[in-house]
Amino acid sequence: MHADSETRRSSAQALPEVAPGEPIIHVRDLVVGFGERIILDGLSLDVMRGEILGFVGASGGGKSVLTRTILGLVPKRAGTVAVFGQNLDELTHAGRRALEQRWGVLFQQGALFSSLSVRQNIQFPMREYLDLSQGLMDELTVAKLEMVGLAPDVAEKAPSELSGGMIKRVALARALALDPEILFLDEPTSGLDPIGAGEFDELIATLQQTLGLTVFMVTHDLDSLHTVCDRIAALAEGKVIAVGPIETMLASKHPWVSAYFHGKRARAAGFGVEGAR
Amino acid sequence: MPAGEVILGAAEAPLLATARNGRELVFVGNGGWIAGQGRALEGSVDAALAEVRAAPAETARIDLSGVRSFDTLGAVVLDRLLQALDKDGIRFQIVGLERRFRPLLDDIVKGSHENPPRRHRVNPLLGGIQLIGKTAVATAEDGLALLSFIGAVVSAFLRVLVRPHTFRFISMIYHLERAGLRAVPIVALITFLIGCIIAQQGIFHFRKFGATTYVVDMVGILTLRELGVLIVSIMVAGRSGSAFTAELGSMRMREEVDALRVMGFDPNEVLVLPRLVALIIAVPLLTFIGNMCALFGGGLVVWLYGGISPEIFLNRLKDAIALNTFEVGMIKAPFMAAIIGLIACMEGMRVGGSAESLGAHTTASVVKAIFLVIVVDGLFAMFFAAIDM
Repeated sequence: MHADSETRRSSAQALPEVAPGEPIIHVRDLVVGFGERIILDGLSLDVMRGEILGFVGASGGGKSVLTRTILGLVPKRAGTVAVFGQNLDELTHAGRRALEQRWGVLFQQGALFSSLSVRQNIQFPMREYLDLSQGLMDELTVAKLEMVGLAPDVAEKAPSELSGGMIKRVALARALALDPEILFLDEPTSGLDPIGAGEFDELIATLQQTLGLTVFMVTHDLDSLHTVCDRIAALAEGKVIAVGPIETMLASKHPWVSAYFHGKRARAAGFGVEGAR
Repeated sequence: MPAGEVILGAAEAPLLATARNGRELVFVGNGGWIAGQGRALEGSVDAALAEVRAAPAETARIDLSGVRSFDTLGAVVLDRLLQALDKDGIRFQIVGLERRFRPLLDDIVKGSHENPPRRHRVNPLLGGIQLIGKTAVATAEDGLALLSFIGAVVSAFLRVLVRPHTFRFISMIYHLERAGLRAVPIVALITFLIGCIIAQQGIFHFRKFGATTYVVDMVGILTLRELGVLIVSIMVAGRSGSAFTAELGSMRMREEVDALRVMGFDPNEVLVLPRLVALIIAVPLLTFIGNMCALFGGGLVVWLYGGISPEIFLNRLKDAIALNTFEVGMIKAPFMAAIIGLIACMEGMRVGGSAESLGAHTTASVVKAIFLVIVVDGLFAMFFAAIDM
């Protein structure tokens, strides 16, 4: 039966849905270290479906390490990471591949494949995971490029011909190629001018609404935290020391959080000013 | 749940069904309009488009209340249908699409619908001719670049001669260790094996003429004049030349070379000269070691396989070669070193921004260096023959 086989195929690929109110990413007591150095020491964090979570912390404090541990790029010593309600340690190879189709990652430097054109970069995951005609892939590529605010003629360019802001946008288009449910962003606005960074923030907010994404964003950009993040988690001493909306951060008594959100630059970004939010 | 889904949601509900109601087209969408269904979805929409073209219609109703999931691909495919209807002047309305899918559809519909301009393909024959022309021009440019690079390095060298304290002595020693000392084991092993092989082959074939002792002459002359320096040069080009290109290339990619320049340093003086001088010292030394190892290997095989004792081997060798046999090989060594060093550093300095360019230039460095080493060896052979050396 035609439709029956289709349902079976799609259900074999899909992981169980997360019940509403359950965290989509669930990290418990995570310990990660390199050699003698412990980077994350019993970290716990929940990311809820449909929110934009900003993740802040000192440079070298382990923000990227957490992202990379959730993605499975860095081995952990203890603790559990569950995504879509599935413990990542218990997944089979096939389950892992199915899961990887449901998240997209924007690396800090873009990580575009330098030997492929923009079009090939965006179509790379499509070719691997989906069965689509070339015409449809091209249409989809243009759609993704326009979603991230680029003209279709960018498609034939090589990554080395793009500016920093365009690389980030193309990398975002590639991260969105498979219509993921979770988007990981590693310092998306670093290296962009304030106007470009502002546009990028807006873009992420728009995409989040259009595609119903959950966004996990590592950032240093106080403006991003201010304008697009629903919740903020602050990392210090290997743990999440404060999590919540901006008001929670501003009220926090922790010296690092307080220094971060009440510093000169934070005030310039509008934090802690009456009526700013 | 709308009544339609109860009927159409049965097992056989197609992704997109088309029906006619007088002058009105009725499309009914069902199931998952997502990327995983790409082929099936495209097929259904193309079938629907064929139906549209089959007979004229005035209005269309697109009922998507059965669509359970909807992603960018679903929106793009639906957009295809909407565009076709629009082009045929058919008024349409979409009903039943879940509210949460609406923003995505709107986003896709308001897109430009341009196709990216494909880079046009050239006729293969014309492309072939073009390639020949481009290669010829590139080769000429390569030659010019090498000349200009030699000029830059020589001028850097002269500047250092005038002010010897500016020479990066420590850097030179560091490269001497890496390109020279650390290369000794592999160079010794390879030349030893080559010596063995030449002796074995010589004995095997010379034995037929009863000329076994001439194997000593062959091993001595061949290794000292030609093979020693050639094998060492090829080893150094592959081992150190490629490393130089990759180092300088990645420094260029990370703007380290530009940083040197803006600080008032000449990259040729800081980066190229120490490497070049280190190679020019290292290759003659390695050639000497290589020559000795090859003679040792040859002597060993001649003794164990040919039954010529080491004493006879040494006496015979003394008669067969003169000092100039050794000199011919050694004179060539610094020239080979200069060629390898210049090519390696030049290619490194020409690396562009991408990882691919780094790989291409590293390959080019080794291939060009080995090619030029062999060509120059041939020129030397002609030169030495002419001066009777």
